[in-house]
Formats: sequence, C-alpha cells, structure tokens
Amino acid sequence: MFYREAGQFKASYREDQQIFPIRQDRIGIVAAIVFFFLVVPLIANQYWLQAILTPVLIFSLAALGLNILTGYAGQLSLGSAAFMAVGAFGTYNFMLRMDGIPFLVALVLGGLCAAVVGILFGLPSLRIKGFYLAVATLAAQFFIVWVLVKFGWFSNHSTSGVITAQHVEILGYTFDSPLSKYLLTLAVVVVFALLAKNMVRSATGRKWMAVRDMDVAAEVIGIRLMGTKLQAFAISSFYCGVAGALYAYMYLGTVEPEGFNLDLSFKILFMIIIGGVGSILGSFIGAAFIVLLPVFLNVAMHTSLGEFIPANIAANLELIIFGGMIVFFLIVEPHGLARLWQIAKEKLRIWPFPH
Amino acid sequence: MAREIGEVILDLQNISLRFGGVKALTDISFNVRKHEIRAIIGPNGAGKSSMLNVINGVYHPQEGTIMFHGKPRKDMEPHMAASQGIARTFQNIALFKGMSVLDNIMTGRNLMMKSNFLQHALFLGSARREEIEHRKKVEEVIEFLEIQSIRKTPVGRLPYGLQKRVELARALAAEPSLLLLDEPMAGMNVEEKQDMCRFVLDVNDQFGTTIVLIEHDMGVVMDISDRVVVLDYGKKIGDGVPDEVKNDPAVIEAYLGTSH
Ligand SMILES: Nc1ncnc2c1ncn2[C@@H]1O[C@H](COP(=O)(O)OP(=O)(O)O)[C@@H](O)[C@H]1O
Ligand SMILES: [Mg+2]
Repeated sequence: MFYREAGQFKASYREDQQIFPIRQDRIGIVAAIVFFFLVVPLIANQYWLQAILTPVLIFSLAALGLNILTGYAGQLSLGSAAFMAVGAFGTYNFMLRMDGIPFLVALVLGGLCAAVVGILFGLPSLRIKGFYLAVATLAAQFFIVWVLVKFGWFSNHSTSGVITAQHVEILGYTFDSPLSKYLLTLAVVVVFALLAKNMVRSATGRKWMAVRDMDVAAEVIGIRLMGTKLQAFAISSFYCGVAGALYAYMYLGTVEPEGFNLDLSFKILFMIIIGGVGSILGSFIGAAFIVLLPVFLNVAMHTSLGEFIPANIAANLELIIFGGMIVFFLIVEPHGLARLWQIAKEKLRIWPFPH
Repeated sequence: MAREIGEVILDLQNISLRFGGVKALTDISFNVRKHEIRAIIGPNGAGKSSMLNVINGVYHPQEGTIMFHGKPRKDMEPHMAASQGIARTFQNIALFKGMSVLDNIMTGRNLMMKSNFLQHALFLGSARREEIEHRKKVEEVIEFLEIQSIRKTPVGRLPYGLQKRVELARALAAEPSLLLLDEPMAGMNVEEKQDMCRFVLDVNDQFGTTIVLIEHDMGVVMDISDRVVVLDYGKKIGDGVPDEVKNDPAVIEAYLGTSH
C-alpha cells in the first residue's frame, strides 16, 4: 500500500485538524493499538511482558513527560527521575492512608503531587535558561531523593525508604499477573499519549513551542512566559509522576528513593535524544531502543558473533554504542530516530517519482 | 487615498532610554494618529528598533510618558501591549523556527483563544470549535498575503522574503489596531519589496490598521508614509510629512548625506 496523501482531499478545516490527518497514519495507529492490546497478549511470554514490554511503556511515558518539557517547551531538565519518585511515593501514600481509594485515583493524585513539585522546581526557569536551568533541576534531583530518604513518613518508616507496592485492584479484578500489569500499563500510557498528542497540536502546544523557539516573539504576541513555562513543568512532571507510580506498581513492586537517581534521569534524557526531541513517537522509539539494546547485545554476544569480539570490549559495547549514538544524534540529527522515520515517510510519499 | 487620519492614539513624551552608559534614546517626543502610516528613519544605531521596543513594552524607558488611547502607561509588559492591540514584526526575523507556517500564524490568535489545556487535551466540543473558528480567520490572512501554497511548510525551510511575509501574517492574525514593522523590506529584492509595500498599504487601507514602520529605503518611505520621524544618535532631528523631511537640512546632513 502506498503511503501518501494524494487523493485525500480535505474538504473542511475539521478534517484537516484530525489527530492523524493522513489515512495511512490513522490505519497505522489503529493497527498498532490492536496489535499491542490483542496480539501481544497471545504471543508474548512472561519474560517479554514483565521485563521488556511493561518497562518500555513506562519509560515511554516518562520520556514523553520530559519531551513535553524539553522537546516542546524547550526547558532542559535533569530531574525526571525525581519527579517519578514523587509520583511513586505520592501514590503509595494515598493508597496507604486513604482506605479503599481506587488505584487509578491514587495514580492521578500521585501525578498531581509530582506536578506541584514540578512547578516549585520550575520556578528558576523564569530567570535562567539552558545549562544553568539544567543545573537547577539537578538540585531537584538530589533534594527530592534526599527528602524521601530522610523523612520516614514518606515510606511509612521502612528502612532506607523502601516501599512495597500494595495490591492493585480495579472493579474487583486484581492486577498481579505480568499480562494484567502489561495491559493496565498499556491502557494508561495510550490514554496519556493521546492526550499529549492533542495538547501539542493545539494552542497549548503552540504556546510551548513558541516559548521554546523565540521567547521574545512569544511574549510580544501575548504569550505569558511564566504561565507557559510553569504549565509545561507541571504537565511534564505529572507525566513523569504517573510513570514513576507505574514503575513501582506495575514493574518493580518494591522501590527505594535511590532507585530514582540521576542515572535514571539521564537514561530518560538519552531516550528523547535518541528517539527524538519534540516528538511523541520519538519518546516511544527512544524508550524501546534503550531497553532493547542491552537485550539484543546480550543475545548477539551468545551467538558466534560474540567470539570475534574481545571480552573487555564486549562488556562495554553497550556504553560505546549509546555514547556513539548520542553524539551522532546531538550533532547530526537532533530530532532523533523519529525524524529519520519521518524522512523515510516523506521519501515514500513521493516514491517512485522523487521529482 | 480616501483614508481618514484620526485622532492621536499613541503619544510618546520625552522618552529617554539608556543601556548602562549607552544612550539609545534621548528625550524623544512624537505621536501617531489613528489610521496613518508613520515611518521612523535614521542611520544604523539611531535608536529606531529601541523605539519600537519601548512602544510594545520590551524595553522600559528611564524617563518619559507613553499615552496610549489617552491613558498613560509605564512599564507595560509585552503581553499587555499585545492584549491592547499592539502587534509587531522584528528586524531579525523572529519566527518560531520549529513550527509550520500555519502554526506560526495560529500563535497570533493566542490571545483570543479561551480554552485551557485540559480542553485541548480532550480536544472535544468547544476546544475543537474554537480551533476551527480561528483557523478560518488565519486562512483569511494566509489568502490576503498570498501564502496558501506554503501553509504546511516548516518556516525554517522558507527563503528570507517569505519568512518576512509569514512574520507579517502572524502579526496580522492578531487583528492589531497598531502594527509595528521593523524593516519589513530589508534584504528583499525589488519585486519582493513591491509586494510588501502593497501588503502594508492594503493592511492600512482595508483593515484600518495604524502602522509604525521602520525602513531604510527612502523611496519606499516617501511613497507610503503619511508622516516621518527622523532619529540620529538617539535624538529626534526631524518630524513631518515626507516632503518636509526630505528638504530639511538637518536631515539631509545626518541621514541622506551618509551612504544609505
Ligand atoms: N538590549 C540592548 N542592550 C544594549 N544596548 C542596546 C540594546 N538595544 C539597543 N542597544 C543600543 O542602542 C542603540 C540603538 O540601537 P537600535 O535601536 O537597534 O538602532 P537602530 O534600530 O536604529 O539601528 C545602539 O547603540 C545599540 O547598541
Ligand atoms: Mg534596528
């Protein structure tokens, strides 16, 4: 089937403003959703569901959160993991302290806690930009983890702040199997991705991008920098917070504040750099890439290929490839794998007559 | 032209602006009347752009008063100026590079769009209707400036002349009552300049927009403006209708005498 918009004439602005204006994209999205909801449960084994697909989805959501802030609103952050921690510990405390609270409500409330903390640590963005802002968010990263360890209340006074996720039950159904956790995560992530897609293609997204691209011009048009930046911090942190709660409840089961360290923040940053800064699809591609690369390398090392590569290099291959790709994308293609995919689609659109 | 020049809508009184030791503007007074095309000319560094920045609140002068529609305003922030109907373009194109032409122009409608991010996230009912309603208005601007064919193009890929036109489109989308244009024709070839002149005149004529325009091309200035202010080293050295200014000895010496 050809990928092109020729022959798909838009008779109204309403049609032109559909969420996916090109029919093949619409078909692709529906096919992907059907595949991940209906086909994957039939073919994926426990290992794939539990150790790969669920974390990919959760990291995609966190990357999406960071992409809203960094990719769309242009505010660099190194605090994603800390906002995830706030979401996880927030949800835990709502579950713990409010009897019978539905999990999804606690999840959203946890996200809202992260949003509030996000706004607080977003305040410096009103005065500083770029590198200096990144350093300020770094402060959030260390401060939040420190608070969660220091004050036992957050972890119900467990040793070193470890929390164990309560059982999740929705409408009498307990989510304890890898498959059920995968499906719940998938549902949450799909909903949030569609909401994000809607935001970025409407006035909200245009405001973010305007502030990112040229803040003086944005202000002169009547966009309030302060409100717009803090809104981006709030929504971004909300997404990260929900991702953090899913990380605790759907993936690890037991987490400690130190688990949400700077390494994790960097990992999420690398996801959007490799996947695509300012792209929703890129958030998914980046997360999948970073989770899957070590898995593939591991498999490759156990085949005959492994024999040709010295052990000391093999051990560091993952880092070498990550490093190389990050440098490549930063310099050559700042919009990441998602952009490469888009270029391929554009080529396809005019194929086979490129002129 | 059958245009009616109206009352004074913008009155700048004794404006002085300093950056540290640099006096960008010294004791400048002039006014702008409703419906006119008011040009500001002067050599590079004369303070023209600073003047526009003062008018729409990007810079705050240390001294002086600005009366807009008869009310004094001091230290107005740019977004407040925008909500009072002042729009502008920049000397160095200030488009949103990562966005399409259409999205750039849609940002011009921002102040008139009332739905919030939750409504946008759900994209139902009112948010969708609003988006379509403003899209219609934006399409009118696109048609007016004859840029239909590039509406979906990322602005970064456009040639310079078209970028200038898109920037004008973004300002016009806000339906301003006062439009500030900072060298809208700089760097354009003759044909592009003629197009731009036509657009400026049409905007003024059809929408009744008051225009303050900075321009280097004396031919253009003399052709399209109603009154001209001349700045030199941050001081006002001339003010009047084009013919007056053209023959003013001080202006000739300071400005026309140089290599512009
Ligand atoms: N933001 C600023 N900071 C410091 N000096 C400035 C700034 N903006 C303008 N100036 C100075 O003010 C003077 C007038 O500049 P400008 O208004 O850009 O002149 P023009 O637009 O007439 O070429 C120049 O000397 C310039 O260096
Ligand atoms: Mg200038």
